[in-house]
Amino acid sequence: MMTRCNATSPCAPFRAVPVSEHVYWVGAIDWNVRDFHGYATPNGTTYNAYLILADRVTLIDTVKAPYQREMLSRIASVIDPERIDYLVSNHAEMDHSGCLPSVIDIVKPQNVFASTMGVKALTDHFHMDRDITAVKDGESLSLGNMALTFAETRMLHWPDSMFSYLEADGVLFSNDAFGMHLATSERFDDEIPWPTLEHEAAKYYANIVLPYSGVVMKLLEKLPGLSWSIKAIATDHGPVWREHIDTIINRYVRWAAQRRAMRAVVTYDTMWQSTAKMAEAVAEGILAGGVPVKVMPLASNHRSDIATELLDVGALVVGSPTLNNNIFPTVIDLLTYLKGLRPQGLLAAAFGSYGWSGEGVEQVRELLTAMKAEVVGDPVKVKYVPDQPALEQCYTLGLSVAEALKARQHVES
Amino acid sequence: MKYECVLCGYVYDPAKGDPGSGIAVGTSFDDLPDEWVCPECGAGKDDFAPVE
Repeated sequence: MMTRCNATSPCAPFRAVPVSEHVYWVGAIDWNVRDFHGYATPNGTTYNAYLILADRVTLIDTVKAPYQREMLSRIASVIDPERIDYLVSNHAEMDHSGCLPSVIDIVKPQNVFASTMGVKALTDHFHMDRDITAVKDGESLSLGNMALTFAETRMLHWPDSMFSYLEADGVLFSNDAFGMHLATSERFDDEIPWPTLEHEAAKYYANIVLPYSGVVMKLLEKLPGLSWSIKAIATDHGPVWREHIDTIINRYVRWAAQRRAMRAVVTYDTMWQSTAKMAEAVAEGILAGGVPVKVMPLASNHRSDIATELLDVGALVVGSPTLNNNIFPTVIDLLTYLKGLRPQGLLAAAFGSYGWSGEGVEQVRELLTAMKAEVVGDPVKVKYVPDQPALEQCYTLGLSVAEALKARQHVES
Repeated sequence: MKYECVLCGYVYDPAKGDPGSGIAVGTSFDDLPDEWVCPECGAGKDDFAPVE
């Protein structure tokens, strides 16, 4: 336990966790967070920082500002934080840089390194009166008895993002890539059940990385040429990968390709159960057409869980009531979020109930088109409460979606 | 013709150039140097597409 407490080595019981011969995990576990800028995190998250005990003691990334005490305490469990020579910022987003200015003040490093875009991003965040040294793609930094090599990963998922690779230990510091929001006391992938890892990594990819899938593909094509012998992927969120390295890389290849399965999601909101009844009929139609379907009412499904389905679902069918001449607020929330994630190659359809005017359904169709989804059939609009013929129209829309999905799979296979 | 960065959405407009990178007003996208990068996200020219 701590023998002294001060700003550099706070009174706290946290310990560093060895990752490899020279690397320690010195991050923070956020057991509390349930909403990560609009992404539901029912299992919390971690902010990972890593300490390299080389001749030049190096700290890779920091943590979200309120967790500075936890990080410094973990560092102090293995070395006096003031002995840190270098700080490396792989990613300027504030969950990894929030306490950077304060940590610079406390440990007084010789130098701070970031990518070219990272220098700009950190400057625009913190307006610090301090030079940060830009490192280039492929550049190596000597830490004395070992070297750290940098690889820019622009737009994976911010302009500043970069990887750092410690060849001596085969540790790849991958910033947010290969990460997940999962708070656990376990620090390594082999200590956590694979289905949990797969689900959380997929959710993270779908909600954070998906728009930049083209960048992922280019990077993964480049990776073998770098001749890195990766023994651990030390990401900025969730566990360190050491057991399932090839598997998670292969999952990224698959997710980046966005291969679409014979599966549909029906999502909707409803005011007086009319759009809900339509959703039931659409879903039954899809199923009757031979395609499995998942119904995800917005009243009980978070936007980020619907986004997770977009990794491989073939068709997205969206229902919205019209509220005062407009699409329902929760539906435009969802579609705005999904559009930003730029899913490729989706089939889609729209439906909804209205009382008068009925603009909402047409707005859904326009938003689906703006997402570059291929909209199947005409949107089904029903005044007030659907009767049997209206429900049959919805059922037929579902059948059409299933047929279009099967036709597409047939062409592709 | 304007070109959009497919990664971050920045639009290169020849009428505005890119003064921050020393690109004069009136420079067409084709005439940008090969080493020019998106001023917002650092993407190369390959990651730009014409805006219709």
